[in-house]
Amino acid sequence: MAKAQSAAAAGGQAVAKQKTKNNIWRNRWMYALLVPGFLFFVIFKILPLWGILIGFKAYYAGLSFLNSECVGFQNFIDFFAGSDFWRLFKNTMIISFMNLIFFFPLPIILSLLLNEIKVQWYKSVLQTFVYVPHFVSMVVIASITFMILKTPAMEGQAGGALYTILHSITGKNIDVLQSPSSIYWVLLFQAIWKETGWGTVIFLAALAGVDVEQYEAAIVDGANRWQQLIYITVPSILGTIVTMFILRMGSVLDTGFEQIILMQNTLNKSNSETFDTYVYNYGRVGGDYGHTTAVSLFKSIVSLTCIQLANRAAKAVGQAGLF
Amino acid sequence: MISIKRRSVGDMLGEIIIYVVLTLLAILMVIPFIYVIAASFATDADIQSKPLFIFPPTPTIKAYEQVFDMNQYGATVIRSLVVSILVTVVGTITNLFFTATMAYGLSRSDLKGKKFVLNMVLFTMVFGGGMIPTFLLVKGLGMYDSYAALILPGAISAYNMLIVRNFFMELPGSLEEAASIDGCSDIGIFVKIALPLSLPCLATFGLFYAVGHWNNYFGALLYLDDQKKYPFQLVLRNLVMQSQDNSDPNVEPPGDALKMAVIVIGTVPILCVYPFLQKYFAAGVMVGAVKG
Repeated sequence: MAKAQSAAAAGGQAVAKQKTKNNIWRNRWMYALLVPGFLFFVIFKILPLWGILIGFKAYYAGLSFLNSECVGFQNFIDFFAGSDFWRLFKNTMIISFMNLIFFFPLPIILSLLLNEIKVQWYKSVLQTFVYVPHFVSMVVIASITFMILKTPAMEGQAGGALYTILHSITGKNIDVLQSPSSIYWVLLFQAIWKETGWGTVIFLAALAGVDVEQYEAAIVDGANRWQQLIYITVPSILGTIVTMFILRMGSVLDTGFEQIILMQNTLNKSNSETFDTYVYNYGRVGGDYGHTTAVSLFKSIVSLTCIQLANRAAKAVGQAGLF
Repeated sequence: MISIKRRSVGDMLGEIIIYVVLTLLAILMVIPFIYVIAASFATDADIQSKPLFIFPPTPTIKAYEQVFDMNQYGATVIRSLVVSILVTVVGTITNLFFTATMAYGLSRSDLKGKKFVLNMVLFTMVFGGGMIPTFLLVKGLGMYDSYAALILPGAISAYNMLIVRNFFMELPGSLEEAASIDGCSDIGIFVKIALPLSLPCLATFGLFYAVGHWNNYFGALLYLDDQKKYPFQLVLRNLVMQSQDNSDPNVEPPGDALKMAVIVIGTVPILCVYPFLQKYFAAGVMVGAVKG
C-alpha cells in the first residue's frame, strides 16, 4: 500500500518534472530573449551590491580592495559623530520640504486651470509651451540661470534680466549665485520652471477620466463653474493627489544630483551639499571610497524604508501603491 | 432668468481670467529660451547694456562664426557634437534592443522563473549599490574613460521596460497563436508580429531615451577623464563657466553672445524632436505601468 503510494507520488513527481521540462523547452526562445536584459541587471544592478562591503573598509583610491583594512562600523560612526551628517541632513531636508510645500501644489493648480480651457487647440498650444523646459537638459537650465542672474561685469553695465528685476525691487545688488542663503530658492525656482508643466500630465490624465454626465447633471441642478470645480473636479483627482503625495514622501532624500552639482560653488557649498553631492565630491573626486560608500548605504537604507512606508500608507488609504 | 444670467457673467469673467493667467504663464515659461536665442544673435555690448530683449538690437551671426571657427572653438565644439550624436544614436539603439527583448521575454504568463526576474527588477528600482560601487565596477570592467560607460550602465530603464512589457501583454494572443501554428518560433513572433505592432510605443521610448542621452551630464562627469572625449553638454558647461581671466591666452575668451550661442546649440536638437515627443504624450502610455 505504502509502496504503491510512494510509487504513485514518484510517478506524479516525474510527470510534474517532465511538465516543467516541457514548459522550459517550449519557451526556450523566450529565455533567449531574456538573456541580454537579465545579464544587464545582474552585472550593473546586482553586482554593485557586493561593493557595499567597501563601506566597512578603510578603502581609498589607489589602494587594493582586498588589502585595505576592515574597520567594521567605524565609517558610519565617524560620519554620524562628525559635523558633516547634520549639515547634509539639514540641507537635504530643507531642499526636499521646500519642494514639497511650494512645488508640489503647482502642477495640480495648473492642471485644474488647463482643464477649464474648453477651446481644445488653445489648450494644446498652452501645453506645448509649458512642457518645453522638462525636455531641456539641466546643463542648459543651469546655464540660462547663470546668464539671467549674473551681476554687471563692470560699473555702468546691465546685469542679467532677473538680476535687474531683483535690483529694481529691493534696491540692492544681490549676487544670488554667490550667496549661500539664496541657493535653496534658486533650486526651487529651477524645479518649478522645469517640472511644473510636465507634472500636469498625470493629473490631466485623471481629469480626462471624469464622466461628462456628472457635469451635465450638475449644470441642470444649477451649479456654476466654481461649484462644479469644488464638488466634481477636485474630488475626482483627490486619489491621484494622495498617491503622488505619498510617493513623493517616499523619495524625500532624493533631491537630484545634476541640478545641485551644477549650481554648487565654493561660496554656497555649506548650504548646497546633500548626501548625493557629498558622495561625489569626497568619493569620486576625493577618493575616500570607504567613507562615502557608507554614506550612500545609509541613504539607500533610509530611502528604502521611506518607500516601504509610503507604499503601505498608499495602500492603507485605498490607493494602488507602487508594488 | 436674471440669476442664470448673473451666474454666466461670473463664469465668463472667471474664464477670461483663466485664459489671461495661463497665457502669461506659458509665455513666462518659454521667455528665457526666446531671450537666449535673441541674445545669441546680438553683440556682447547689447547683452551687457540691456537686461532683456526678444529681438537682437543689432543682429549678427558673429557668435556662431566664432563657435564654429576651427581656430577658436570649432575643433572642440564640433568634436563634442559628433560625440554626442554618436552616443545618442548608438545608445538609443542599445536601449531599445535591451528593453524590447527583455520586455517581450517577460510578457508570457506561464514562463518559469518570470516572477524571480520581475522581483529582481523591482528590487533594483528601490535599492542599489550606490555611486562608488557602481563606478568601481564600471572601472573594473575596463570601461572607464570609454563611451561604453555612457551607454551600457544605463542600457535599461526598469520603469520603461515594465511599461513596454505591459504593452506587449495587451497584444491580442490570437495573433501569436496563429503564428505559432504556422510554425513561427517565439523569436519569429517577436520580430514579425510583436515589434511591428508596438512600433508607436517603441518610438516613444526611443525618443525619451534619445533625449536622455543628449542631455546626459552626470554620466560623462562620472566616467570620462580625457577632455577630448567630452560630449557637448560638458563642453557647453565649461564654456559658460569660463570667465575672462582663466582662459587660454591664444583664444579670445568666450563672450556673452558666444555663451548664448552654445546654449542654443545644446537646445536645438530637443526642439527638433519636440513635435514628435508631443505626438506621443498620450498619457495612457505613461501612467499606471508598474504592476506585477
